Amino acid sequence: MNKLRRQLLAGPYLVWIIGFIILPLLMILYYAFFDENGSFTLEYLSHIASPINMHAMILSLELGVAATLICLLLAYPLAMILNNLKIKNQSLVVFIFMLPMWMNFLLRILAWKLLLNKNGVLNTVLMSIGLEPVMILNTPAAVVFGMVYEYLPFMILPIYNSMARIKKDYIEAAHDLGANEIIIFFKIIIPLTLSGIISGIVMVFVPALTSFAVSELLGGGKVLLIGNVIEESFMQGMQWNAGSSLSLVLMIFVMVSMTIMNIFDKDGEGTAVW
Amino acid sequence: MKKALINFVDISKSYGKQLVLDEFNLYVRENEFVTLLGPSGCGKTTTLRLLGGFETPDKGQIFFDSQDITYLPANERKLNTVFQKYSLFPHMTIAENIAFGLKISKKSQAYIDDKIKYALKLVNLDGYENRAIDSLSGGQQQRIAIARAIVNEPKVLLLDEPLGALDLKMRQSMQYELIRLKEELGITFVYVTHDQEEALTMSDTIVVMNQGYIQQIGTPEMIYNEPENAFVADFIGESNIIDATFIEDEVVEILGVKMPCVDKGFGKNTPVDVVIRPEDVELVAPDEGYLVGDVTSLIFKGVHYELDVMANGYEWLVHTTKLVPVGSHVGIKVTPFNIQIMNKPASSDEEAVEIDE
Amino acid sequence: MVKKTLSNVYMAIIFLFLYLPILVLIVLSFNDSKTRVEWGGFTFKWYIECFQSETIMTAFATTLQITVISAVISTIIGTLAAIGISAMKARSRAFYLGSTNIPLLNADIVTGISMMLLFVKFVELGFVTVLVAHITFSIPYVILNVLPKLKQANRSTYEAALDLGASPLYAFYKVTWPEIRSGVFSGFLMAVTMSLDDFSITYFTKGAGVNTLSTMLYTELRKGIKPELYALSTILFFTVLILLLLVNYLPNRKKSTALERV
Repeated sequence: MNKLRRQLLAGPYLVWIIGFIILPLLMILYYAFFDENGSFTLEYLSHIASPINMHAMILSLELGVAATLICLLLAYPLAMILNNLKIKNQSLVVFIFMLPMWMNFLLRILAWKLLLNKNGVLNTVLMSIGLEPVMILNTPAAVVFGMVYEYLPFMILPIYNSMARIKKDYIEAAHDLGANEIIIFFKIIIPLTLSGIISGIVMVFVPALTSFAVSELLGGGKVLLIGNVIEESFMQGMQWNAGSSLSLVLMIFVMVSMTIMNIFDKDGEGTAVW
Repeated sequence: MKKALINFVDISKSYGKQLVLDEFNLYVRENEFVTLLGPSGCGKTTTLRLLGGFETPDKGQIFFDSQDITYLPANERKLNTVFQKYSLFPHMTIAENIAFGLKISKKSQAYIDDKIKYALKLVNLDGYENRAIDSLSGGQQQRIAIARAIVNEPKVLLLDEPLGALDLKMRQSMQYELIRLKEELGITFVYVTHDQEEALTMSDTIVVMNQGYIQQIGTPEMIYNEPENAFVADFIGESNIIDATFIEDEVVEILGVKMPCVDKGFGKNTPVDVVIRPEDVELVAPDEGYLVGDVTSLIFKGVHYELDVMANGYEWLVHTTKLVPVGSHVGIKVTPFNIQIMNKPASSDEEAVEIDE
Repeated sequence: MVKKTLSNVYMAIIFLFLYLPILVLIVLSFNDSKTRVEWGGFTFKWYIECFQSETIMTAFATTLQITVISAVISTIIGTLAAIGISAMKARSRAFYLGSTNIPLLNADIVTGISMMLLFVKFVELGFVTVLVAHITFSIPYVILNVLPKLKQANRSTYEAALDLGASPLYAFYKVTWPEIRSGVFSGFLMAVTMSLDDFSITYFTKGAGVNTLSTMLYTELRKGIKPELYALSTILFFTVLILLLLVNYLPNRKKSTALERV
C-alpha cells in the first residue's frame, strides 16, 4: 500500500513523458507520413533521395567522420599524458581541459570565428610574417575545425576515464610476461579503453552529425549539412513534412549510434559525460 | 650446496626522503623457497619489485645467474611474477591470459595449446580455457595467475602476497598447492608475505625484514625457536619478551629471580632481552615455581587455554591444556632450554613492535 | 626525459588550441579599436555598451528567468519521479527509464522540432513553450542524479522510522531526505547548466520576439561580430569558471565531484 503511494509520486512525470516526450515524437511521425489532408503518403520520405538532401547527408557524414577522427587522434594521446601525470593535482589539470565544455558553445564559435576571419588573428599573424593569408572561413574545413574545437572535450573525458580505470598492475603484469611498450599499448591499453573510445566517438559524432549552428556560422551558409536542411525547411520554407521525414532519418542514425555505444559501453563512461 | 641464483649486492632504495632498503645484501639459491617476511613498509615488496624489474635501485647491483640485471627491463628478465591482486587481463579469456607471454615469445599455436592444457591441469582447473575472468572466484583467479606465470618456464617465480586477498580456508589450501607446485616444477620461489604462518608452513628459508634491514635469515625452525632479536621473536608468533640481566654463563636474572639457562658468552651482568614462548611457560604449584603469580584472565582457544598470569610485575602470556581458573595462585617455571636470550636492540628496527596485521 | 618534454609540449599545444581563442576574445573585449585585431588601447567601453544594450540585457533577463524557473520545477518533478520509480517493479521502471533516456540521447535538433510541432498546434510559441521545453530536457538529469542516491539509501532505515511511529512524511524528511540531498542538489546544478547552455531546443521552441542569450548570440553572430559580445563572453566565461571552482573546491565537498558529474 505504502509502496503504491510512493509510486504515485512519479505521476506528474508520467504526464510530462506522455505530453512532452512521446506526443512530440508522434507528431514527427505524423508529419513524415501524412499530408495536409491527413492521408498516408510515402512521398515525403522519398524526398530524402533528392540530390540536395543526399548531398547534405553525405557531406554531414563526411564532416562528422572527419571531426570525430581528428578528435580521437588529438584526444587519445592527451588522455594518456593526463593519466600519466605524476602530480598531486591531476584532477585540476583534467578539469582545465574540460572547462571549455561548460562554456556556452556559441561563445566558443565566436572565439573560433575571430581567429579564422579574413582579417582575423590567424591571418594577421600570417601576414605579419610575410605569408599569404588563408581563406579558411566559409569552407567545409572551417566547419570541421569548429566541430573539433566544440567537441574535443567530449572525446577526452570518456577516454581519460576509461584509462584512469586501468590498474597499473595490468601494465606491470604484461611487462613481467615479456611485453614491450608497443605490445602493451596495442594488447592492453587500447582494448581496455575501447569502451571509452566508443563513447567518445558517439559523443562527438552525434552532435557533429546533427549540428546546424556550427555549419551556419563557420560555413557562412555555404556548407549545407543535414541539420541546415532541416532547419531551413522548418524556419524558412515551411516544408514541415519534408523536414519531419528528414528528422526521422536523423533520429534513426542517432539511435543506431547509441545502440552501438550501449553494446560496447557497459561501464557507462558515455553517460558519465553528460 | 646449490649455487646462488640471485644475488642482491649493497642495494639501497628510497622513495622521496624515506629510505626503504639500506645496503641490502641477500642471495637466493637455486630451487629454494625463500620467503621475505615482515610488517608492511619493511621493504619486502620493494625487494621483490627490484627483482621483477619494476623498480631500479638507487645504489647497488642485482645479479641473476651471474649476470648483472640491475637495469634490465622487466620484459627481458627470465622470471615471472604472481601479483597480489592477480592482475588477470579482464578483456581476455583464461586461455588468452595464459597464452599472453607465449605469444610474445612467438611460440607455435600447437605449443601454446599444449602449454595451456598442461598449466590448467597443474593448477587443477582443466577445462576452464574459455571462461571469462570475472566468472572465477578469488582462489581460482590466483591459480590462473600462477598458470599464466609458469607457462613461460621462468627460472624464478616471484609471488607478492599472492594469498592476501583470499579467505582463511582458501589460504590454507593454497599453501599446500604452492608447496606441491614448487616440488613439481623444481624452480625457485621468492615469496613475499606479512603472514608468519604462511612463511613457516611453506618456506625453505625465511628472511625476516624490518625497516629496510634483514633481521634474521634461517630455516623456519631456527626463526621460530631461536629468534635473534626482540623484533623477530615478537613478529614470529606470540612471546613473552622480558627485560633481564645476564649474570654469568648459564645464569640469567629475570624479574629479580635468577634462573638457569643454556646460553653463554653474553658477558657478566649485561642487560639482555629474554624470549619465552607462551607454550614453554609451565604452571606448577606455588612452592615449586621460580616465580609466583595470580591468573588474571582465561580464554578457551580450542586446542589450549590462553592465560594471563601476573607475576613480579609482568603479565605472562601462557598457553596450557590444563584449566586453571581466574584467581588461582600459581608457580611459574621454565626449562633452561626454553629460555632464549638475545642482545638488547642495537637500533630501532630490532625492537619488538605492535603488529596489527 | 625526451618523452616527458614531448608530453608537455603536446599538452601545451592542446591547451593553446582550447584556450587561445578564448584568450583572444578576452583581450579584444578591452581593445579600443574598431578594426578587430589591432590594439588600440585599453578600454571598458564595450562592457558599458554591453550593459546598455537592450538586446543583450533582455536576453540576459529571459535566460535567468527560464533557467531558474525550469531548474526549480524540473528538480521537484524529477525528485518526486525518482522516488516513485525507485518503488516500482522492473517493468514500469523500464518504461520510465527508457522514456527518460529519449531526450538525453536524441539529437537536440530533433527534440526541438518535435516539441515545436506539438506546441504550434495548441499555443503561440513564446516564453512558456521555451520554459516547458527546458523543463522537459532537464528532468532526466535530475532523475539520473537522484536515483543512484536512493539506491544507496538504506530502505530499511525508512521502514525502521515508520516502525518507530513516524509518519511517512516525517520519515521522509528525517531519514530519506538527508541521504538524497546531495543528489538533488547536483541534479539542480545540472539542470541549471543544461538550461544555460541550450541553444537548439530553445531556437525551435521560442517563436519570434523571445530570446535567450544563446539564441540572441546566434542571431547576432549571423549578422557579424559586435565588440560588446566580447565583453559579454568574457563576463560569462569568468562566471562559469567561478561557479565551477566554487562547486568543486568548496570545503566539505569531495574533490573532483564536477568531473564525476560532468
